[in-house]
Amino acid sequence: MEDNFVEGLTEVTCDVLVIGGGTAGPMAALKAKQRNPELNVVLLEKANVKRSGAISMGMDGLNNAVVPGYATPEQYTKEITIANDGIVDQAPVFKYASRCFEIIGELDRFGIRFQKNANGDFDLKKVHHLGTYVLPMPNGDTVKKALYRQIRRERILISNRFMATRLLTAKDGRIAGAIAVNTRSAEFLVLRAKTVILCMGAAGRLGLPHSGYLFGTYENPTNSGDGYSMAYHAGAALANLECYQINPLIKDYNGPACAYVAGPFGAYTANSEGKRFIESDYWSGQMMQEFYNELQSGKGPVFLKLNHLHPDTVGEIEQILHKVERPSRGRFHQARGTDYREVMIEMHISEIGFCSGHSASGVFVDEFARTTVPGLYAAGDMASVPHNYMLGAFTNGAIAGEHAAGVAGEIDLPEFDSELVSLERQRVLAPTRRDDGIPPNQLEYKTRRLVNDYLQPPKVTAKMQIGQARLAEVREDLERALVARNPHELMRSLEVSSILDCADMAAQASLYRTESRWGLYHNRVDYPDKDDDNWFCHTLLRKVDGRMVSEKRAIEPYIVPIEHEERTAYERLRVSNQA
Amino acid sequence: MPLALSPTTVPVVVDDAKCIADKGCTVCVDVCPLDVLRISDLTGKAFMKFDECWYCMPCETDCPTGAVTVNIPYLLR
Repeated sequence: MEDNFVEGLTEVTCDVLVIGGGTAGPMAALKAKQRNPELNVVLLEKANVKRSGAISMGMDGLNNAVVPGYATPEQYTKEITIANDGIVDQAPVFKYASRCFEIIGELDRFGIRFQKNANGDFDLKKVHHLGTYVLPMPNGDTVKKALYRQIRRERILISNRFMATRLLTAKDGRIAGAIAVNTRSAEFLVLRAKTVILCMGAAGRLGLPHSGYLFGTYENPTNSGDGYSMAYHAGAALANLECYQINPLIKDYNGPACAYVAGPFGAYTANSEGKRFIESDYWSGQMMQEFYNELQSGKGPVFLKLNHLHPDTVGEIEQILHKVERPSRGRFHQARGTDYREVMIEMHISEIGFCSGHSASGVFVDEFARTTVPGLYAAGDMASVPHNYMLGAFTNGAIAGEHAAGVAGEIDLPEFDSELVSLERQRVLAPTRRDDGIPPNQLEYKTRRLVNDYLQPPKVTAKMQIGQARLAEVREDLERALVARNPHELMRSLEVSSILDCADMAAQASLYRTESRWGLYHNRVDYPDKDDDNWFCHTLLRKVDGRMVSEKRAIEPYIVPIEHEERTAYERLRVSNQA
Repeated sequence: MPLALSPTTVPVVVDDAKCIADKGCTVCVDVCPLDVLRISDLTGKAFMKFDECWYCMPCETDCPTGAVTVNIPYLLR
């Protein structure tokens, strides 16, 4: 652990390469190996699989469990289609909804127990606008440990502290592997593979939190959008990136607030008068718009209200909120002297990011988790299945792993141009060849400050164009002057490069869709109306001849039809007597 | 452009009397998602080298001797 640069390049060959050991990744690796135990499956992770990713400390519940007796795959598909303003290919959503119950059973057997009622049935709570899908996890702090046990048992090869930087492709465009760099020595690893599954999480380090602390993001800040950037440079299409992720959080603290945990106990989102202003606390773009409106109004700011509940009930909620997912939350409140029993807790909206786990901005995938690059898959927060959350990461990770194993069993190892490796080594190591210049933390701060100033909604055309020009200046600085004095700073430098790519993609995608949709996520002030005639479609962004290009893609015909009256259900969220 | 140091108060604090890193333990360093902890060459104890914290707490939770405390970073407090 000397943090010194070491010269080195190792080549490894495997059948299935899974990049990212958070949530979707371990499940993808597990399922690939179980589908075909003969295969060599490698799980690559920037941190350590034991505690990496969005669920590092655990998770307090499933947000989208489709459990027989409570909901059907048809109902869930309808709910997500409506919550996402209709811009949904239903096949992957329906596939998820049909398979997630089996995955819940599997997780239960892994030792991740779910809340059950006196009859021994799963005890679901209603949070969404229409259906019932929320299932608490009383021992949600054990998720990562349970997963880790499983992948060790299946003898998956784990490679920790290696950060993937670029994908390798063959002459015919098929995926051929990836290049990675050690985060403590800067030694290179070339991983040749028949199929690659990207499970690299959200682009959560895009906007800057109000506190100004670079790492105080809602998403685990290791999720810096590396997967989005790598998919882009490999030529994969990315879908609906303008449908940003924005979350309601405790002001200054990055813990989620209310909907899934406190909501079922009777807590709610209130304005400064202590009154409800939204019918449903489920996180949709329209909900976020109502939240934003209230923040800006004379009745703002917005609060999480629990002080009307019985102290024992509050104690029960605290037990969950302060134990799993974001356990430092209790310390935050303690330091401020804010007790849920006594006062309402000030809330705010988060920085922007890309994340299909919560919204719909991700690498485009079909119902087998296939991207548009042959042999390349994506699952979890970075893949385009909307609102798929943790259970979506597990389920779609499983789907990706099974399919990728099937393909890997049938094809030969693709060849790639070794010139790609030497070019990538030069790019990666450039910041280490300079004696002075701009350190990654300053470059990152500036990039993300520009994202806040120019790219976060409400979106204005002229502002976003200024943002693009300023980000281009930062890119010049990155290519000319970024300096990394040790492997740790090199990791941060590579992350800044991903963040900058994502900022460029956010601007490009937002400018392309000249309408407003998904509530606050894509609120374009100079195109205030929803324009179904021209924009009832996906937008795909990809790299063509070195340039960023956007195009429309038709929505696949619905499997589950949506009536017109149902389609607008999420537009009527505001409590009517206040509208 | 030469580089300067800018001081920062770090959120993760290690109790040297309880820390057993000098006996070979590296648990907190291993589990940190952001890889910001190191073992000091001088003291043999763990410490926060980079102020890049998500205050997520695996370092504190997984420490076998209870030597690690995660505080909320000052800017958020």
